[in-house]
Amino acid sequence: MITFTDVHKSFGPKRVLQGVNLEIPKGESMVIIGGSGTGKSVALKSVLGLITPDSGTITVDGKDATQGDRDAFLARFGMLFQGGALFDSLTVWQNVAFRLLRGSLKRPKDEAREIAVEKLRRVGLTPDVADLFPSELSGGMQKRVGLARAIAAEPEIIFFDEPTTGLDPIMSGVINELIREIVVEMGATAMTITHDMTSVRAIADKVAMLHDGVIQWTGPVGQMDNSGDPYLEQFISGSAEGPIEAVR
Amino acid sequence: MILTAPLAALGRATMALFALIGQVTIFAVSAITHIFRPPFYGREFAMALLNIGWLSLPVVGLTAIFTGGALALQIFDGGSRFSAEAVVPQIVAIGMVRELGPVLVGLMVAARVTSSIAAEIATMKVTEQIDALTTLSTHPMKYLTAPRLLAAILVVPVLVAIGDIIGIYGGFLVGTQQLGFNPSTYVRNTVDFLQQSDIISSLIKGAVFGGIAATMGCYYGMNSGRGAQGVGRATKASVQAAAVLILAANFLLTSLFFTT
Repeated sequence: MITFTDVHKSFGPKRVLQGVNLEIPKGESMVIIGGSGTGKSVALKSVLGLITPDSGTITVDGKDATQGDRDAFLARFGMLFQGGALFDSLTVWQNVAFRLLRGSLKRPKDEAREIAVEKLRRVGLTPDVADLFPSELSGGMQKRVGLARAIAAEPEIIFFDEPTTGLDPIMSGVINELIREIVVEMGATAMTITHDMTSVRAIADKVAMLHDGVIQWTGPVGQMDNSGDPYLEQFISGSAEGPIEAVR
Repeated sequence: MILTAPLAALGRATMALFALIGQVTIFAVSAITHIFRPPFYGREFAMALLNIGWLSLPVVGLTAIFTGGALALQIFDGGSRFSAEAVVPQIVAIGMVRELGPVLVGLMVAARVTSSIAAEIATMKVTEQIDALTTLSTHPMKYLTAPRLLAAILVVPVLVAIGDIIGIYGGFLVGTQQLGFNPSTYVRNTVDFLQQSDIISSLIKGAVFGGIAATMGCYYGMNSGRGAQGVGRATKASVQAAAVLILAANFLLTSLFFTT
């Protein structure tokens, strides 16, 4: 279980997180929604230690995320970045098997390649892609490779940062389905941030809406449409009228 | 208010400069400590050796040979004003080995290597590749900075030695083909005049300049701003800082080696 307790984070005068409280139960898929610049990525990166909160605590299975052995802690996670964040200088299979080629999860090269090819196949890519470089792939294929890298070491917890941004609706649907299948198949805890409502409906068990630095609403995805929360209703409907200020 | 504004601006600039010096120092110390602590990334180190060393050879060689030739012409012309044309081999040797070899190689490495390191790492930062490294349990300082820094410290002295030799050869070519020096006398004068301390100082300068070049590239890359503009600024700032620091370090090292 991932727990945020009164987490605050500011960048200069800009107060991004102003007391975030949230629980993500083990094995569930939580999707955090909210407008651009509301701190969704900051919340996600705070769990991984990429950003240090100013105050508050984040625990994973009861243990403070900032304490203890970093390598062992990070080995439990996989992450799909918004732009893929594939390493340009490495081939596709070396990207996917990055964790398996070094560090505590190191395997022999042949075995690592075999696992990488299998993970590529799992996300719908053929083995001939393995020796290409990321720059030779389309956006959708890069996203799939990113997904294969995120699951390569069989993590317990997977983070997805805007998984469908920049993709056409059909490819977005494919990626959403893949994410849902993989999360269920692996029994992993998932935390996704997005503002794509189609993704939310496809991926989420639970939804949390972040606005003004706090969680405005959280609940099962089935209750989202009848929440009665004016912020969530405005976000779902995409209306310019409502409590969320829209800059025109 | 009007009178104090320039002072306040000066104060802010001074504070910013000291903050930058502090940050770079902490970064450099951290980078050096990561060189000695496992895990070690052999492939990244080998790639850095290739990029910083082997691929810099053409630019270093061309710079050195033209500089050595020009130096010979200048010394011959200047020396002729007081009948000292014969010192061309000795002054070319001392000039190349003590000063021009290390400084020119250092500046060429700053132009070629610092810029490419800064641009590469800055691009990795803006495309979240550095964050990805961290989430994949790989410390960016160990994976990106330590191999480049170690490679630069080891390989730039080799480049300097090659630059020194090619520079002296440039002087030799001009001296023997254009200025009428006897080849064997030229070589003997060069070899006899150079001291071991000249060569050692040249190599030490190379190691220091290599360290500066790699550190500046990595520092500005890791601390780059967002977007294409951030990458451009990081690249420009890294080359400027490396060039100025190399020249300043050259002055300090020359003072240390040859005036005490």
